[in-house]
Amino acid sequence: MRTIRVPELDTAAAWRTAARDLLASGTSPGEVIWQYGEAQPDLFAGGTATRPATQPASVPKSFVELSQTVCWHSDPERFARLYAFLWRLRETPGLMQDRGDAALATLRGLEKAVRRDKHKMKAFVRFREIDAEGSRRRFAAWFEPEHHIVEPMAGFFARRFGDMDWMIATPDRTLIFTDGAVSLAPGQPKPDLPEDATEGLWTTYFRNIFNPARLKIQAMQSEMPKKYWRNLPEAAAIPDMIASAEARAREMQLATPSLAPIRAGRISERLRMTDDAPAATDIEALRREAEGCTRCPLHRNATQVVMGEGPRDAPLMIVGEQPGDQEDLAGRPFVGPAGQLFDEIAGEVGLDRDRVYVTNAVKHFKFAPRGKRRLHQRPDGGEVQACKWWLDAERDLIRPKLILAMGATAAASLTGTGQGILKRRGTFETAADGTEILLTLHPSYLLRVPNAAAKDAATRDFRADLALAVAHLDG
Amino acid sequence: MGKLDLQQKLAILSDAAKYDASCASSGTAKRSSRDGSGLGSTEGSGICHAYAPDGRCISLLKILMTNFCIYDCAYCVNRVSSNVTRARFSPEEVVTLTLEFYRRNYIEGLFLSSGIIRSPDDTMADMVRIARDLRLKHNFRGYIHLKTIPDADPKLIEEAGLHADRLSINVELPTDASVRAYAPEKNPGTIRKAMADVRLTREASKDRSHTGKRPARFAPAGQSTQMIVGADGANDAAILGQSTRLYASYGLKRVYYSAFSPIPDSTAKLPLIRPPLEREHRLYQADWLLRFYGFDLAEITDGAADGNLDLTIDPKLAWALRNRHHFPLDVNRAPREMLLRIPGFGVKTVNRILTTRRHRTLRYEDLTRMGASLKKARAFITAGGWSPGALTDTADLRARFAPAPEQLSLF
Repeated sequence: MRTIRVPELDTAAAWRTAARDLLASGTSPGEVIWQYGEAQPDLFAGGTATRPATQPASVPKSFVELSQTVCWHSDPERFARLYAFLWRLRETPGLMQDRGDAALATLRGLEKAVRRDKHKMKAFVRFREIDAEGSRRRFAAWFEPEHHIVEPMAGFFARRFGDMDWMIATPDRTLIFTDGAVSLAPGQPKPDLPEDATEGLWTTYFRNIFNPARLKIQAMQSEMPKKYWRNLPEAAAIPDMIASAEARAREMQLATPSLAPIRAGRISERLRMTDDAPAATDIEALRREAEGCTRCPLHRNATQVVMGEGPRDAPLMIVGEQPGDQEDLAGRPFVGPAGQLFDEIAGEVGLDRDRVYVTNAVKHFKFAPRGKRRLHQRPDGGEVQACKWWLDAERDLIRPKLILAMGATAAASLTGTGQGILKRRGTFETAADGTEILLTLHPSYLLRVPNAAAKDAATRDFRADLALAVAHLDG
Repeated sequence: MGKLDLQQKLAILSDAAKYDASCASSGTAKRSSRDGSGLGSTEGSGICHAYAPDGRCISLLKILMTNFCIYDCAYCVNRVSSNVTRARFSPEEVVTLTLEFYRRNYIEGLFLSSGIIRSPDDTMADMVRIARDLRLKHNFRGYIHLKTIPDADPKLIEEAGLHADRLSINVELPTDASVRAYAPEKNPGTIRKAMADVRLTREASKDRSHTGKRPARFAPAGQSTQMIVGADGANDAAILGQSTRLYASYGLKRVYYSAFSPIPDSTAKLPLIRPPLEREHRLYQADWLLRFYGFDLAEITDGAADGNLDLTIDPKLAWALRNRHHFPLDVNRAPREMLLRIPGFGVKTVNRILTTRRHRTLRYEDLTRMGASLKKARAFITAGGWSPGALTDTADLRARFAPAPEQLSLF
């Protein structure tokens, strides 16, 4: 029979060392008695640390993490439980994944209890300011944790309250932070801390952030059990808040609506008067008008209307299908992946985007939400028809020599049919008002074509069409 | 009226802020003041420092900068036409309160919102100033959540994102029509545009430049929004449809649902009702099913004739009862997507089942230890030593879960 004393300080590391040695020497759990308390070197050493390891102990990382948390639990059996499980783990390394195993379930339960206790300590420690010594402000708190968590919590408080000195006293251990150095002292009875005026402000806040119309006492107590209340300054207000809640809520419901104060009318009046400034240009006016467009249902879901952009006197107007995800967010046409591809190929054939008016056949983004994405959906005939009004208005303003229609939707809007775009591409057609229309593919088609050969062919065609447009304008 | 002292202001301006449901303080960048050069830390998970008797956690100092407001939103306690007492914090007062509360470990940080005074730009500029002072003058490393004012200058919003961990803009009501009806000065289009800007700026801040330099982090804990439930006539299908679109469009971290709750000094436009807390709860459950359990909106809402969720049982159980042909499922063989659809199984339980069943066959008793709620699940599963028999298809299965019918109150 071996007795192992695990010290109160640095408990987790000491258990780990001891367990590693026991395992290496092949000591079964039945042969060990674990004790918790002040380390007595003569007993603890027992020569085990120096005994040569017969086999290197290798355990899953998840067990190491588990044991390093469970060691701080107050259950006297925790060390024995951990070692017994570790012993079984040698034979069956998969045991850590077995959430149905009773021993593991118990250990996970202990782990959860320690985690919860640590979390509640982070939440419910309440500092009071005490007299400053030197330049740093000083604070002190009293807390009663359920497990031996003060030591593993030192890091958290040191990271959080770095620019002040503080002390957290508990019955188990006292944590002290002075000039950036953490130290531990023995536990102590509740110290007498001076009154702190900020507690009054805090309680005021606590009382007023509470909504008496939604009383849910159970929900409060499951997260903030009564055992913590005695050390929380705000908790003293709870009984009264609960008692008066029903009456306060009823009072609000019964009160008849009041008359608005006189200034309200004046303020609302003034607000309505500050209307939008007049438009700078005609295109700008058109954009403003389009912002309120409800000609089809697409405006409901899209972020904003995306009108075309480019110079007033552009000889070439390029019409795409509709704004995509990026265009919808940015409010500008052709800034997404298809737009970038267009810019690249246009650059190759010497087509300067700044000299072109680019726009879309439909001005709102049509999509179907899928999780964190929006899937593009092709606008239907009705939507294209509804939006033609805006495209026609843009054509009226720009009066381009040539319109490049990219893709079936643009073709449908401009020529009345979007059928057979692959056959019609590269040819000129004439719009009802006599403007020449060159048909081509939509750049997003080039991005979508699955096989490389077809993609190359489509890109070649698209480039040729752009070049044709350039030549036509120059000629 | 005499001059208000800090305590009175705090009472008024926290009372005015409580209708915002959001209180998250999690998921931001890691920060620490271990070197003594500042105050505060953030380490990923949020901390709830107290709970009020309404069951809501108190993690942040949630206050308005001022409850003066020039807008007239019918649902809001601070609307211009309300007779509540008005107050205004100076930026210094907000900074001091935040720091002093933080030093005593009352809070994780600040959630600052405001009524609109003078103009949206002026108001936003004051809010940005508070965040800037906290960060730069006082080296505050705790959490800051700023409620963004959608009509404010995008430059101000950009600066706000550099200091704040989270930005939020409330869409307020589920449909554009109800926003126009109840919040006449707000423009749903402007709100969407502001959310789009935040998403774009956030995405741009993640791209490294060609030299590998990373731009300053922008709102590392993302953006969220809030919708009031039960003030207008929108049904649950409309509300969830709106949140699905918001999640997809603007990469929101959360959509908060806030049951419309009686406010002091109400307007005649909106009836004061008991807040529909159960409905709010069901909406959150449905929201989770949509985001983490692979459900489609239509699957959740198709059961109800009026487009509202069943209030007596949770939406997943309701779906399972409507789709019994999928069940019972064998927990030892069913794929992950189907395990997630079993009532009483959470994501954690499913993960545990998947890792354990690689090694051995699962028995019914194992499932309790894995965190499953078998009271709900047992009718829908088979496991070693358990088969529901005819239970899955019994006509009164729903009645076993729904609370016993209650006699209606006379009043």
